[in-house]
Amino acid sequence: MSETLLEVEDLHVHFETATRRVDAVRGVSFRMGREKLGIVGESGSGKSVTGRAIIGQVPAPGIVTAGRLVFDGIDLPGLGKRARRALTGRRIGMIMQDPKFSLNPVMTVGSQIAEAYQVHARSSGSEARARTLEMLRTVRIREPERVFDLYPHEVSGGMGQRVMIAMMLIPEPDLLIADEPTSALDVTVQTQVLAIIDDLVTQRGMGLIFISHDLNLVGSFCDRVLVMYGGRVMETCRADELDRARHPYTRGLLAALPRIEAPPGDLPVLNRDPAWLA
Amino acid sequence: MTEAAIAVNELSVRFGLATAVDNVSFSVASGESFGLVGESGSGKTTVLRVLAGLIGHWTGRAQVGGHALGAKRPKALARVVQLVFQDPYASLHPLHTVDRVLSEVATIHGLANAQKRIVGTLQAVGLGPEFRFRFPHQLSGGQRQRVAIARALILEPSILLLDEPTSALDVSVQAEILNLLRRLRAERGLTLLLVSHNLAVVANLCDRVAVMRLGRLVEQADVERLRTSTPEHAYTRQLLAASRGYDRAAAEIEEQASPA
Repeated sequence: MSETLLEVEDLHVHFETATRRVDAVRGVSFRMGREKLGIVGESGSGKSVTGRAIIGQVPAPGIVTAGRLVFDGIDLPGLGKRARRALTGRRIGMIMQDPKFSLNPVMTVGSQIAEAYQVHARSSGSEARARTLEMLRTVRIREPERVFDLYPHEVSGGMGQRVMIAMMLIPEPDLLIADEPTSALDVTVQTQVLAIIDDLVTQRGMGLIFISHDLNLVGSFCDRVLVMYGGRVMETCRADELDRARHPYTRGLLAALPRIEAPPGDLPVLNRDPAWLA
Repeated sequence: MTEAAIAVNELSVRFGLATAVDNVSFSVASGESFGLVGESGSGKTTVLRVLAGLIGHWTGRAQVGGHALGAKRPKALARVVQLVFQDPYASLHPLHTVDRVLSEVATIHGLANAQKRIVGTLQAVGLGPEFRFRFPHQLSGGQRQRVAIARALILEPSILLLDEPTSALDVSVQAEILNLLRRLRAERGLTLLLVSHNLAVVANLCDRVAVMRLGRLVEQADVERLRTSTPEHAYTRQLLAASRGYDRAAAEIEEQASPA
């Protein structure tokens, strides 16, 4: 691992309502450099909330506390609200799961990307347009001039996700957080979108946090994997050694996964041990 | 082979100008478990909806459990074939208890000993009597899908159509539902038609698989052959590679093969 880009220590997030308290993240710690870090876990494991806590976008009534939350030497919670938003907007990008819900339906995709650029770069309209077209080409959209003027409902899911990626990358962030970026896409399109993210992260030397429920995908795409369960990190391992994971939770998840090579028959069912969360 | 449980001949379905299903033919033997694989828009769900009698305007011939399908859906068809939907968060009425969901079916079809059947069917899908008077929000995703399967099974159909029955569920829960379906198939001699985008799920449960793309059926194969050899059609090979995870080299090939 190269120099530390992000350091998270003892991160807690809880949601409190009149009737109950939900602890979504309970003491997560990790540090990462400019690498591809996967966070894998089932629904409710706290993986998405961890991603949102880093960019300061945990929805109300969520409360975030952390021992340390340091991005490139900057103490994030120590910044004021405005300063933090300015910093994370420019230097940390986040791609959400479904482009259908993340894009503004009444703006053309080109003007949305250009807006993302202008907010952070204070450029002229024509420069923003030129940069946007270049960015659309970077995410391998073939006719950028035509796509620029399309509305989100006029593009396919795979193209919508590329537009999201273009929008997040145009301010040239140092860290990209991708929350299930391909799970709304068909498998063949998924491979293409991943290849684009892969190339961009490698070429620009960005850090990537890749949040997913798909063990196969994380194991084959990332450098390192964090396995989360019940708001905690169960284990951390190299992605190419995921199939030799030691924690019983990780092993249980891997065993429960149907595989084409395996003969048909009952799949082992995961038995959850309360001691994992003790 | 005994008489086919499902036989589809030159089935086409059009929605306006779009052709969702284009001249599709296949048959499923009684007791067989058959998978229909494809991506969104490939027409796989539309085929399922025709077989369940939910779409009337189609051309070709289709036969399910000895009933030739027509434009109208006879009530007796429900006793033969039942459909389980993808998302148990959407397919159960949020204000109806499990008991009401199941007894409604019993009332419509005038089933005798509805009470006994409800308890028995819940037991068959692995839910104890304590679940009978719960609302959907008091159930986990896996338990909801069990209720959805119970609703289909209470009429004791011989054919179960499954539309992505595990894609809304976590892997550990998916394993439980797949195991349940395998057991029910063995116990009741069910014929299963499973629609999924996930080749690994299909391989776990099915004997044979058909691959659909853009409304057409591009390849049919024994699952056993998928395990041991390379599929004939390039698209099937793509699906197979994608199911194994990310492969940078595969992405290159795809880009050359298919315009995005």
